[in-house]
Amino acid sequence: MEITGAEIVVRCLQEEGVEVVFGYPGGAVLNIYDEIYKQDKFQHVLVRHEQGAVHAADGYARASGRVGVALVTSGPGATNAVTGIATAYMDSIPMVVITGQVPTAAIGLDAFQEVDTVGITRPCVKHNFLVSDVKDLATTIKKAFYIAASGRPGPVVVDIPKDVTINKADFDYPAQVSMRSYNPVTKGHTGQIKRAVQMILGAKRPMIYTGGGVILSNAAEALTGLVKLLGFPCTSTLMGLGGYPANDSQFLGMLGMHGTFEANMAVQHSDVLIAIGARFDDRVIGNPEHFFQEDRKIIHIDIDPASIAKRVKVDVPIVGNVHDVLEEMVKLIQASHEKPDANALKTWWTQIELWRSRDCLKYDRDAEFIKPQFVLEKLYEITDGNAYVSSDVGQHQMWAAQFYKFDKPRRWINSGGLGTMGFGLPAAMGAQFIDRDATVACVTGEGSIQMNIQELATCKQYNLPLKIILLNNGYLGMVRQWQEFFYGNRYSESTMEFLPDFVKLAESYGHVGMRIDKPGDVEAALKQAFSPEMKDRLVFMDFRTDPTENVYPMVPSGKGLSEMLLV
Amino acid sequence: MRHIISILMENESGALSRVAGLFSARGYNIESLNVAPTEDETLSRMTIVTRGSEEVIEQIIKQLNKLVDVVKVVDLSEGRHIEREMMLVKVKAEGSWREEMKRMADIFRGRIIDVSDSTYTIELTGNVSKLDAFLEALDKTAILETVRTGASGIGRDDRILRV
Ligand SMILES: Cc1ncc(C[n+]2csc(CCOP(=O)(O)OP(=O)(O)O)c2C)c(N)n1
Repeated sequence: MEITGAEIVVRCLQEEGVEVVFGYPGGAVLNIYDEIYKQDKFQHVLVRHEQGAVHAADGYARASGRVGVALVTSGPGATNAVTGIATAYMDSIPMVVITGQVPTAAIGLDAFQEVDTVGITRPCVKHNFLVSDVKDLATTIKKAFYIAASGRPGPVVVDIPKDVTINKADFDYPAQVSMRSYNPVTKGHTGQIKRAVQMILGAKRPMIYTGGGVILSNAAEALTGLVKLLGFPCTSTLMGLGGYPANDSQFLGMLGMHGTFEANMAVQHSDVLIAIGARFDDRVIGNPEHFFQEDRKIIHIDIDPASIAKRVKVDVPIVGNVHDVLEEMVKLIQASHEKPDANALKTWWTQIELWRSRDCLKYDRDAEFIKPQFVLEKLYEITDGNAYVSSDVGQHQMWAAQFYKFDKPRRWINSGGLGTMGFGLPAAMGAQFIDRDATVACVTGEGSIQMNIQELATCKQYNLPLKIILLNNGYLGMVRQWQEFFYGNRYSESTMEFLPDFVKLAESYGHVGMRIDKPGDVEAALKQAFSPEMKDRLVFMDFRTDPTENVYPMVPSGKGLSEMLLV
Repeated sequence: MRHIISILMENESGALSRVAGLFSARGYNIESLNVAPTEDETLSRMTIVTRGSEEVIEQIIKQLNKLVDVVKVVDLSEGRHIEREMMLVKVKAEGSWREEMKRMADIFRGRIIDVSDSTYTIELTGNVSKLDAFLEALDKTAILETVRTGASGIGRDDRILRV
């Protein structure tokens, strides 16, 4: 029996087992919304801005590993979604974004609410489709889900003209699709893995450097197995936090621009660097010339061949799914007669402990103002390290990464690649949909939170009991920090001279608001917010923090990894 | 180094803009680009002439392979190959030019494919340097218009690019 394109869209989402779609209606998608109205297999969440829909789908995907789904209308709906799509693209998040389009006959005529969505999104999607015939609709959606989730994941946009949602076709959802032009690899080359193992076992000053690929390929357990087996030190990028338990003594903390002294020094001075699902980003290795002053061998495991040898020369490249490669490595090492060089490792660890004793994350614990670091330390304690923590972008993001000791994957949800302010709140909403009982905190700044503050209404409508930890320093803090360090304290446009009363604001949205001014009140306030009485309430906590606090260590841009500014 | 890259891709709207977009977004250089369907109408074949260091060319090939519409990519310059480009040149053919232009076309094995009282249109095929040499050899003031297809290439012997 033939059904309409709109019905096909809904049926496809059901067949994919989609549980929740974040979206916002409009003319071009009215037929799809009419079909959504008639069904109850998946939930539709009405956000307050399309950027929020895409970030929510993204947060859902990051926290669950499933494909996030967003639905928006043509024109402004699609353009509002672009920041969210680019955010997901930079962090390789699997997502399908369905956009409405003007009817096929109107395309190219500057019709009302027409934009070239496929053209606009092309540079920030893994792939996109314009569906021009209803007969292709089901297969296209199947392909979209397949492409989004396989290989190096990423967002896929499916642009559907309004007439395609009206036209009819037989519905037949393919169980599988294969595409001759798209065959992502999974297994790594065994010969290369053997070479890597040889190099690893011969290392004197080894260092394991992991990234978001560990999280994306669900390789946390395999990674932990490998690190434990070898006894090597390990560090993670901002995107990889939670891939290895942060409390473990073999973990040296995050590396990079705001990485720890010990992690950055150990990477710089290693003789064998094992990069796993990480891409040698500019914020991670600092100045490449300085990075290469030291002689070291590099093993690079990544599913994307284009990530290998993009920014650094690699000695042993291994293209493959991180999880599978790590498992194979562990097997080979276990079977090998050789063992890591225990003496060399001992000397190396002695050096590392010396670096670690520098205590680079220390801060003034007797200050008169609330220290943001202290709030995050307490947040970690009070949530037993079990919360999903989303963040926005700025100083608060770096402190959250440094002070919340993530020991499980998919708990740390932040925009690392694009650095999108406004990500935190909607992403936290998405995470809450995975588990309505989970503790979800959003760490934010007064700049960032105002970029998608409207989503507080969505939180009320769907009873999302998020805990918003606003570290309010009255500045666009990260901008101010750069201006202090590199622009002679000229604080150009980085002060928010007017801020709303966040307590009243939260209350006006039907939530609980709290304002905390004194260090002595931090703990009690957090305890209250995370107490069983507040279990079903969104609590917005406005912490007035030290306006002059800076994030340390810091590798100034253009400097080398071992040239950190320290407290 | 100059490289000539052949791409087999799905003959779908948008495929060309993905490739062109990739080159501009990543700052890769394009010296010439041409594209047309193959004997299998579901496939297009594109030839791109580009310049870059070995690292850049390696990245270009990898990034092209990553595009979902791209079926196969080969760097023809890595092995024995043949390269051809076609050019149409409209030249002045009045007075003494008339004889001179015919002679030049003959020397370069070009063909005069259109004639008017005052002009010739010459068709010339060859590798890029031959076409360049022809333009060099002509008196600049005689050239009215040129149009070139950009290079196409194919592997020699049994080097074959197909699905
Ligand atoms: C959408 C967007 N615009 C601008 C920036 C540049 N930027 C990076 S951090 C930052 C300041 C963030 O301020 P706030 O949210 O108050 O956090 P804080 O640094 O004070 O913790 C800005 C403006 C950005 N990352 N994203």
